[in-house]
This record gives sequence, C-alpha cells and structure tokens, in this order.
Amino acid sequence: MQKTFKVTAESGIHARPATMLVQTASKFDSDIQLEYNGKKVNLKSIMGVMSLGIPQGAQITISAEGSDAADAINALTETLAKEGLAE
Amino acid sequence: MKRLKGIAASNGIAIAKAYRLEHPDLTVEKQTIENPAEQIHRFQQALAKSKEELEVIQAHALKELGEDKAAIFSAHLLVLSDPELVQAVEQKIEQERVNAEFALHEVASMFIAMFEAMDNEYMKERAADIRDVTKRVLAHLLGVTISNPSMITEEVVIIAEDLTPSDTAQLNRKYVKGFTTDIGGRTSHSAIMARSMEIPAVVGTKEATAAIQNGDIVIIDGLDGEVIIHPTEETIAEYEQKRAAFAAQKAEWAKLVHEQTVTSDGHHVELAANIGTPNDVEGVLANGAEGIGLYRTEFLYMGRNELPTEEEQFEAYKTVLEKMEGKPVVVRTLDIGGDKELPYLDLPKEMNPFLGFRAVRLCLDMQEMFRTQLRALLRASVYGNLKIMFPMIATLDEFRQAKAILLEEKEKLVAEGVSVSDDIEVGMMVEIPAAAVLADQFAKEVDFFSIGTNDLIQYTMASDRMNERVSYLYQPYNPAILRLIYNVIEAAHKEGKWVGMCGEMAGEELAVPILLAFGLDEFSMSATSILRVRSQLKKLSKQEAERVKDHILSLATAEEVVRFVKETFQR
Repeated sequence: MQKTFKVTAESGIHARPATMLVQTASKFDSDIQLEYNGKKVNLKSIMGVMSLGIPQGAQITISAEGSDAADAINALTETLAKEGLAE
Repeated sequence: MKRLKGIAASNGIAIAKAYRLEHPDLTVEKQTIENPAEQIHRFQQALAKSKEELEVIQAHALKELGEDKAAIFSAHLLVLSDPELVQAVEQKIEQERVNAEFALHEVASMFIAMFEAMDNEYMKERAADIRDVTKRVLAHLLGVTISNPSMITEEVVIIAEDLTPSDTAQLNRKYVKGFTTDIGGRTSHSAIMARSMEIPAVVGTKEATAAIQNGDIVIIDGLDGEVIIHPTEETIAEYEQKRAAFAAQKAEWAKLVHEQTVTSDGHHVELAANIGTPNDVEGVLANGAEGIGLYRTEFLYMGRNELPTEEEQFEAYKTVLEKMEGKPVVVRTLDIGGDKELPYLDLPKEMNPFLGFRAVRLCLDMQEMFRTQLRALLRASVYGNLKIMFPMIATLDEFRQAKAILLEEKEKLVAEGVSVSDDIEVGMMVEIPAAAVLADQFAKEVDFFSIGTNDLIQYTMASDRMNERVSYLYQPYNPAILRLIYNVIEAAHKEGKWVGMCGEMAGEELAVPILLAFGLDEFSMSATSILRVRSQLKKLSKQEAERVKDHILSLATAEEVVRFVKETFQR
C-alpha cells in the first residue's frame, strides 16, 4: 500500500522533520519505504531519509508492507500534516 | 602548587576537584574471527548500553538545558537504531568474518564520508552525529570509558583539551563550577558557552590536560585567566576571599539594572548590548541594557541550507524590536564572508577572505538577497526604534548605493500600502581604516557611526587575528588605533551625529575611560559586561577624563597608553 505527497515545507524534509518521520515509522512493524526522484530508502533509517535531500515541491511516495501497513500510512500522513511538511 | 596562564574567558572564581573530560584512544584493529554470532552479540550489547546512556543524557539535557539542546540527542538515538547502519555492520561481520569494532568503524566511516561529501550544512552536521554515536559504541566494544559529564554528581571543575557543543550540552550547572581547556580563545565555542552559563572559565592554557589529574584540587580564576593546581591552604583562603569579593561586587552591580548610565559629573552615555538572535534579548533586558548596539543578522542565515525568507526575517526583527519596547535597536545588515561562510551561496574560495568579497560588497552584488533583508527590516520598523547600519563600508559610493537601495525598497513598500517608520536612522560600521580616515566626509551623509574594533584593529595593524604568530600585533591601545577612533568621533560630532562602538573593546575596563574621554556616545558589548561598565562609568568623571585626552593621543606605544591609563584611572 502506498501514498503520494507533495512537500510543502519551505526547507524541504531536513533534520527535524526527518527525525519526526523516522520516529513515527519506527513504531510500526511493517516495512516502510520512502521514494523520491527514483531513489528508495528505508523510512526507519534517519540516514537514508536525510540522504535523499528532499526539497520543497518534491513528490514523495511512502509505501508500507506488513500487518500494520494501513495504520503506518495513516500515522505518517498525520505527522506530515501536523508538522506542515506535506499534503 | 602550580600556576597555568590562559585566557580569561568567563568571569568568576571556581575552586573544586578536577574532572577530566576525556576522549580516549579509539583506534580499531582488524581481526579475523571464527564466531560471527558472538561478535554480533557483542555489537548489540554495545548498542544497548549506548542507548541506555544516551537516554539518560537526553532526559538530563531536556530538564537542564531545554528542548533545543536535547534535540541533538534524539538524533543520536535515531542513528543508534538506524536499521541501515545496524544491518550493514552485522552483514559485514558475517560475510567478512571480522570483529565488531572493525565492522562498525568501516561502516560508520562510509556513512560519515557520504554525508561529509554532500554540499549541505545539515548533512555535514549529520556526519558529526554519526561520529559522536560511533565513538560511544566503540568505547563500549573496546572496554574503555568515555567521559559522561552528565553523570557528574559532585562539584567539579572540568579539564579538557577543548569542549564540543555535545560536551557542553551535558554540563550540569549545579555541579560544574568552572572549566579550563588547552586550546581556544575568547570567541571560541567553549568560551561563549561559559559566559552564557555564567560559570568561570580559562581557555587556551596549552597544558591543562597534561598538568591536571582527576581529583586534583584546582582553582579557576576567570577574572585574571589563571589556573592553580594543588593550591596551598593559604592560596585557597586567598581565592575564597577573591570569590566572595567578586560575588559582592556582582550583587552591587545588580542594583544598577534599572539605573541610567551617568558619570560622576552627570554625563550620560548609552550602554547597549550585542546580540545574535531574538533569544538573546532576555539576557539584554536582565542586564539592564539601554538598547541593542549590534544585532548580528548573520545567524539568521547560518546553520541552514538556503536563504531565510522575508517573512522569517520579518518575524525575527519584529520580535527583537517589540521586546525592546522602544529602546534603540541597531541592526547590521548581512555581514557574511571572511571567517563566516554560507555554504549554500556557493562562493569561490578566496586566498584572502578578510580582504575579499564579503559583507556590503557581497550584498551590493547579490542585490536580491540584500533587498529581501531590507524589506523585512523596513516592514518591522513600525514595531520599535529601528536603526540600520551597513558593514564593511570602504567608500562613500558604497554607502550611497546601499542607502539608495534601502530607499527604493521603502518607496516600493509604501506604494504597496505597507506602513514603514519614517524615522529610521541609517548608519555604517567603521571597521576599514579608509572609512575611519575619511570620517569627516562620511559624517555628512550618515546618521551615525558604529566602530567595529575587532576588524578595525586587524586591518590597521595588517595582522590576522586568527594567526597566533602575529597576534601580538592585535593592539587595541596602539596610539594609531586610538587616533583613528578619536578622528571618527570628532568628525561625527562636528556634523551633529552620534558614534557607538560595538567591538570587544567597548566593554574593556581599560578602554572605557579612554572612550569616555574621546566622547563616545554609545558603548555596545556582551550583555554580561553591561553592569560592570555601568558601575565603572558612575565612578568616572567625563571632565577629568577629557583633561588627559590630549596626553593619551600624544603617546607613542600601546605599552605607554596602558601604563598611563592604569596609573591615572585605577586608584
């Protein structure tokens, strides 16, 4: 299962937002991936997420596979919205 | 008993047991192993122990130092449990049959190199995080202890080669009474932290870590820049007295918070503070500053990966102006270049950055960036008493250009229906000798001058202040410097303009009577120096100081000036 977002945060997804996303993703058992610009990384890996250098306006896709995939996507959607990162 | 001489970085006296903050040798050797499962187990144990430690440190930092400082440890914890890192290490152990230390070292180095190679400040900081975390895990694997200053539970003074931000974040004010380091100067990170924590510090002792053992009784004299190891009882008694006297003096100064700065013969000068961020305003008000003499706006631009927006800047300026409730706030427009770089501007490396493309030179070229800042300032102007100054002005033409751009932006805003204050004073920094010499011409067009002594001294003496071998030439009391300063003040007063000073010199005990004699109108300094200088000025007489002005200006060397001022004013 997957969902696509458009990054609205002015400085893209950097230090603090990346931390929030990884913290949220790590709460779930499912395999969660983040894809940007043809590159896919483990969303539970802070170093992976940071290495994408996601800027404002980027299209990103979050995909999850596993028993709690739906909950994970919902939680991540909420984090993105709450922090004003993406819609 | 042994004495070490260093640089007095933060006021006060501390007497306590030494605590060595050490960074042990973490050299790793490659070993071929038989049992990968055992190595993976060791690795996981080391991870678990590191995690426990970091959680304690994080909780502590949150309680003692606030959310901002604690955030760095959240990042560290995430690195520790990063599946990419953990899996890569475990894979390496299994596939290459190597010891856990070696596998971790290899994998971490790869990540560090990857992040360091990125052209982005945030990414580079992540490299430092990985390095910090790796050190902790490696120490557990190697069975060596790394210092955990957050775990200190008795009164100590810290002895270290240098202190990193993650070291200082862990220091508990309740137990850490002071510190001393081998390296560093008055403006190094450790010195700035000591002043903001208000604990005594002596930096740059060169040999503190070589001379001091854990548990040694040590006196840190942050007033005179001395460290005394194994003091005799007499010496301890002497310094306890000095400490009490300093505490009494501080209490005395504290009474002056709400007072005006007036000399014994009734002359008023303005004591202002230098700030870097809106957060600093709290300290400015707590120390009774009468204004802000220098708001360094570079910090808005640093530690990020793109230019701050007009809106972000507007919010910062508005906050400062509002908090200052109508007291003057002198904002210096972007002063970047020299020792302050902005990686995202991607400027070419220069042979001679202090003489290069920086400050107003850069702003006049990158006008879009400059205009954004000016618009933010103009919009904020209605929330307080804003004054704007341009840094590194060498020629009148530069000042005219900068001012013209400011006026253009003002007209545009007014045309858009935005309200802008009508009495914003526009001035300039005097830090280039050419401007100091030609001050009479500049004075006709500016509303005020602010003398930046740090740069003025290094440019006048042609002495790089970062270069220790020529640092003896960094002489604030050299008559050449004093004559330049006097020339600027005289020239301004002839045109009815005011002059401030925002370098380190304005807060120095020896400089204060000289500057008073010269007629300086505004002294701007670190907030923590204000009450001391106010107390000093209350005891000085402007008329008496003026009487020796010509004599000071007639002296030939810095030594002569220092001797004369000490003899005349320190009774």
